[in-house]
Formats: sequence, structure tokens, C-alpha cells
Amino acid sequence: MSLNPDKILLSHGNGGRLMHELISGLFLRHFSNSILDEQSDSAILPVDTAEIAFTTDSFVIDPLFFPGGNIGKLAVCGTVNDLSVSGATPLYISVSLIIEEGFPMKDLEMIVRSLAEEAVKAGVTIVTGDTKVVNKGKCDKLFINTAGIGRLDRGRNLAGRFRSVIPGDVIIINGSLGDHGMAVMNARESFNFRSPVLSDCCCLNGLIGQVLDQSSTVRFMRDATRGGVATVLNELGGKIPFGIEVDEESLPLDKGVSAMCEILGFDPLYIANEGKVIIVAGEVESRHILELLHSHEFGQEAAIIGRVVQDHPGKVVLKTSTGGKRIIDVLTGDQLPRIC
Amino acid sequence: MKYIEEYRKKDLILAVAAEIVKVSRKEIALMEVCGGHTMAIHRFGLTSLLPPTVSLLSGPGCPVCVSGQRFIDAAVEYCHLPGVIIATYGDLIRVPGSNTSLEKEKARGFDVRIVYSTLDAVEMARANPDKRIIFLGIGFETTAPATAAAILEAEKEQLRNFFVLSAHKVMPPVMKALVEEGVKIDGFIAPGHVTAITGTAIYKELPEQYGLGVVVAGFEPVDLMQAILMLVKQHASETPGIEIQYQRVVNTGGNLIAQKMLERVFELKDESWRGLGMIPLSGLKLRESYAVFDAEVQIPVEVPPAREPKGCICGMILRGFKTPEDCKLFATACTPSEPVGACMVSGEGTCATYYKYR
Amino acid sequence: MCLAIPAKVISVDWPSAVVSVENVEYRASMLLLEDVKVGEYVMLHAGFAIEKVDPEEAAETLRLLNEVEKNSIR
Repeated sequence: MSLNPDKILLSHGNGGRLMHELISGLFLRHFSNSILDEQSDSAILPVDTAEIAFTTDSFVIDPLFFPGGNIGKLAVCGTVNDLSVSGATPLYISVSLIIEEGFPMKDLEMIVRSLAEEAVKAGVTIVTGDTKVVNKGKCDKLFINTAGIGRLDRGRNLAGRFRSVIPGDVIIINGSLGDHGMAVMNARESFNFRSPVLSDCCCLNGLIGQVLDQSSTVRFMRDATRGGVATVLNELGGKIPFGIEVDEESLPLDKGVSAMCEILGFDPLYIANEGKVIIVAGEVESRHILELLHSHEFGQEAAIIGRVVQDHPGKVVLKTSTGGKRIIDVLTGDQLPRIC
Repeated sequence: MKYIEEYRKKDLILAVAAEIVKVSRKEIALMEVCGGHTMAIHRFGLTSLLPPTVSLLSGPGCPVCVSGQRFIDAAVEYCHLPGVIIATYGDLIRVPGSNTSLEKEKARGFDVRIVYSTLDAVEMARANPDKRIIFLGIGFETTAPATAAAILEAEKEQLRNFFVLSAHKVMPPVMKALVEEGVKIDGFIAPGHVTAITGTAIYKELPEQYGLGVVVAGFEPVDLMQAILMLVKQHASETPGIEIQYQRVVNTGGNLIAQKMLERVFELKDESWRGLGMIPLSGLKLRESYAVFDAEVQIPVEVPPAREPKGCICGMILRGFKTPEDCKLFATACTPSEPVGACMVSGEGTCATYYKYR
Repeated sequence: MCLAIPAKVISVDWPSAVVSVENVEYRASMLLLEDVKVGEYVMLHAGFAIEKVDPEEAAETLRLLNEVEKNSIR
């Protein structure tokens, strides 16, 4: 059933006939499940743990479609990953859309389909949602907000575990840096580069769940999104009385990303990712964790990229591939293509 | 990546570093005048590999840092005009003018667009015949030919809506000016890509008149280390001269086609360098024959007199007379995210680097 | 003004040429050069090829450096 009209109109958000057609013809068709199909004002959800994890995120990315994904896929992965790195098992999400009048229906359908597919892949249920349509110019095409609930099983609450970080602990990443940021930049700016770089956008709950199931010394986990790996490491550095050392040669990098960084003068440590997690764990378990990651779809390029050290507490220092050292500071603004 | 990775090999770098340690006896202060060199030295952590006798000074080689306040203020005035699109390299967008920056104006809704190539700006002019596209020309002799080429393309197509606001500068006058001012320099690491365009003759006076060695260096860590070794040797044997380390890209004559284009489109003028003041015949402006593309001539705007920020001592720092710690604004009012002066604006400015290591 | 990268010419369409760095391709302007051939390397700066890379000189530089390395081991 194709939706008429072919563009979103203000009436699609006003609670009348068009809106109901949109809900049943598009959202329910793709998201259908027993809770959502009730279409009640609130979703009633069974949770059997003493604690739940709850997170929310809004997605305003431009362009909406980029190599490797779109805003819909991103919206699910972002929230699922936030829950996962806290140690929770993601269960339910809400999807809230703010759509600009005139938005093409077929684009909306593609995005909704991605939302649905990603939710199924991650094993989470979309249980409630909302749609608003605003006048042209009042929002940039489409904004999505997702909120997520996850169960926090006993012993999985990772908050505060960073206090047990000690020198010698290793820092692991599950794959290459900067793929998402470069893919989006290529799609957004009219710099006319042709590159096969794809966003790494994916749900990491399966991967993280396995790591937590099979290890006991994970002390810190963060997904490295905006601001890149450097931002996560500086965040950790700010919380512990030790320093962090990163080994430039061990950083996994896609060669297309590497080339784009050289051409434009970017540092991959600061570029956004959407499918990468930084794991800090005891050295003893590092090999085992790496093996686990390597056997998973989203961890094939996993590597130990550094360690916690006694020296330079609070600072993140990079050992360069050429034998030198430099400080990896906090990002002070988006990276921009340089001529200099 | 070919022609890159070979020049980043750790053993080669360390071997040259060891040689520098062996050869270096007297204290030597070497100045590099290229943002690309400052970046490479910082990125590959090369200073930690040099002996204490060798000190590296960072000169005013970053076109971002030295773009006069007035230039940014003019660009801001232009972006406020209806029907104007400002096309700029990314470097410039965060540079603070007297009151605001292009980034902030873009956030307010004015049409400021980042381009990778000047020809993208020309394309913008073709695609938007009802708009006036003003390209902000910054950079030294490496980049100025790209602007010249764009103007020649626009001329060929008789585009009437493409303009350039030039803040292009040339290297040698500022190098001389620093020496004349008494900055303690024993040799120059000359910019490899500038020289690829200009050829080496532009540096003649430095060894001949001032007894300073000049080595034209590439941008990979091995290039810089080799260039430093060559300068240390020149200094030790007291035989200052012009040498090319970056042989694979630079030849003595330079790029004649690019030189002819520059000659055709631009002429020298006195230019104000942020933090350094007026340096005679150090800037490039469009010749009268190309005035039809000159934004300043075709679209005059009123630019309020630039307010040099109070307390900013960038000029002294750029010359090496003072350090960032001597500045009252350092790390208080002037930080990388809210820069006041030239030295903090660019990621590799002296103050920005000091800030990271404090 | 120094950020330039060696890129390989993979096809010529004067006065442009498609150059590549690893698997990234870009249609660069050759207006600053006299000619280019497929397979040659150029320095790509802000969308323009500003000079060619001379493979013989490149090899010579590496040879000199390898000499330094050999001598330093002795």
C-alpha cells in the first residue's frame, strides 16, 4: 500500500484522518508488536530486575542518508549502545519524530524501515512513539528522538567501576577509527571526493553482552561517538589518578579514512564513530577479550590501542609511530579541512 | 600510501636523530615558517628526538594566524550583504575578528560555505548567477596560484559574479623582517611547497646578506630530520647556503607555469600581518587588469577600524621575544575554544601548543 | 598552505585528471602543470596538482637516508 500524498503535510501531525493513516500505514506496519499494537497512551512494560537503565538521545544529523546508513538506523544504534555500555541489556525503545512539512514520504518510509530493521537486529522492541509535523523551516527536514530502557542484571552495573582501574590495564577498541565521521562528511560536503568509506553505525549490545558474560575485569566502557576516541580517553583520564598511553601504530584505520585524513588534515582520533566501544580491562583478560571480539561481526578489527600508566596522571599521551610523543588533548571544535 | 610511508619509518628517523646528536656541538636556533612544518613537528613528536643544543622556533608561517583582523572583519561585512555567498577554506572559519567569526555568522544564518578547491567557488558562481560569490584568498605562494587559476577560469567564462578578497602573502619579506628585528635565528627550515612553486632564488639574501643557512624541507618526519641535520652541518662548518632536502618535489627553478599565473594576476603590496604589523611588499593584490574580480574594488564595504585585543602580545610571541606564560590573557581570557590572538587561533600556534602542555 | 599529499594519476581529462590516494579518488585540476601521464604522482593541494613527484629523486633521498642509517649502526 503506497501512502498518499507523497509528501508530509501539516495535517499528518494534527490527530486527524491523515495522521491515523500515517500511523497504521507506515509506523504500525513496520514496527508492529503486541505492545505497540495496543496503541495506548503509555506502554506497560514488564521488567524483572531491581534496577533499570534509561537513556535518551536526539538525532539531527545532516545529511539524513549517508554511505552505510541513515538517521533511522543511527537512532536505534545510538540508544542501544548507550544502554549497552552501562552494562544494561536493551529491551524497549520509544521513537519520536519531528518532521518538516513537505518531507518526502518515500524518504520517511526508508527511514522507518531502517528503524524497524535495526530494532529487530538488536532484539529491542519499539513500544511507543510520537509524531509531530512542523511548518516548513521550523526544523531541518527530520529530527528523531529515541529513549531506551534496559534491564540491569546483578553485577552488571558498570558505573563507578572505573575506580578500580590500575596501571597496566589495557585499552581495547573493537575496530577502525573515524569511519562514520568521514562517511558523513563525504556525503555532506561538496568536496567531491569519491571514497568507499562506510559508516560503522551498528548495535553493539550483542558484542558487549558477550564480553561482559565472559570476563570479570571490565572496568570502563564507553561508545566513542562525537569527538572520537580522544574524547572518551580524556573523559577517562579525568576520572582516574593515572595517565593513559596510546600506541599510534596499533590504531586500526581503514585505508580510505586514513587517506581522507591526510588529504584534509584531520586526526582520526577525533572523528566520530557510531559502532565503536572503548573497553578498559585487566591485562590478564585482554587476550581472551580480543579473541571474543575477533570472532564477532562487529569486532573483527579489534585491537589493544593503549594502556593505563603511572606517569602523567590525567593526561592522554600518544606514542607516535615515529618514536615521538605528543599529548592528545580535548577537542575544542569540529575539525575542518585545512590548507595549512 | 606511496611517497609518505617510506618517509615515516621509525628507524630512519632515529638514525638521523642520532646523527644530529653526533654532529651538533654549538647551540643552534632554527626557525620554520610554515604551518605545515609546525604541524608535522608536533604531530610526530620530533622535538623530543633532538639534542638540547638544537631549538626549533615556530615562525609566522600559518596563514590563518597571520590573517589580519581587518580581513576577517571585511569578510564578515561581506557575508551580511544580501545575495552574497562567502566561499572559504576551512582554516579561516573560526578565526576571530574584532567582534565575531565567520563560524558564528554562519550559525546566525549567513551564507558562508567551506570549499576544498577554489574551482568549487567558481562552480558556485556558475550555479548561482543571481548571487555574488566572494572567495577569501588566504595562503602563501603554495595556495595563491590556485586563486590565480580560478580567476583565469572565471575570466575565460566571463563570469560576472565571482570575486576574490585577497589576503595572500609571500614568504621572504617576513623572514627578512624577523632577522632584521633581531630575532635570534641561526638558520631557516624553508617551506617545501612554497618553494616548489617559487624556486629557491627567493631566499638568496638570507645566506648572502645575513649568513643564515636555508634548507628547503619536505613534510614527513624523515624530511624534517634530514633538513635539520643539513642545517646543523652548515652551521658547524660555517658554510651557510641554500640547499634542497625535498628533492623529489622541489627544483631550483620552481613551477614556471604557476609563477607566470601569479605574475599575471597579482602584484605585490604592503601588507599587515596579524601580530607583526606592516611588512612592505609582502602581500598579493589583484592587478588592475583583474580589478573586475577584486571584491574590494567592485563591492566596497565599510569596515570599522580593527580593535586589536587589549593585552594581546602575539606580536612579541611570534617573534620569540616573549612566551605565552608572559601573556596576561593566556589560559584565562584566551583559550583554544575562545581564542583572542593569532597564536591561539590555530591548533599549531605557539600559545595553542603551550596550552596543551601546561 | 603546505598541506599537500602525493596522489597517483589514474586517468587524464585535460585540464583535469582523476587522482587517487589509496582508494580515495578526486578529480583534480592540472592547470598548474604542463602535462601529466597516467601512473605519475603529483602533489595534491587544495584541489590542484602543484608539482610532480620525481621518482628518481625520491629514491635518491631514501638511498642517502639508508646510508645514514647504516653508518649509525656501525
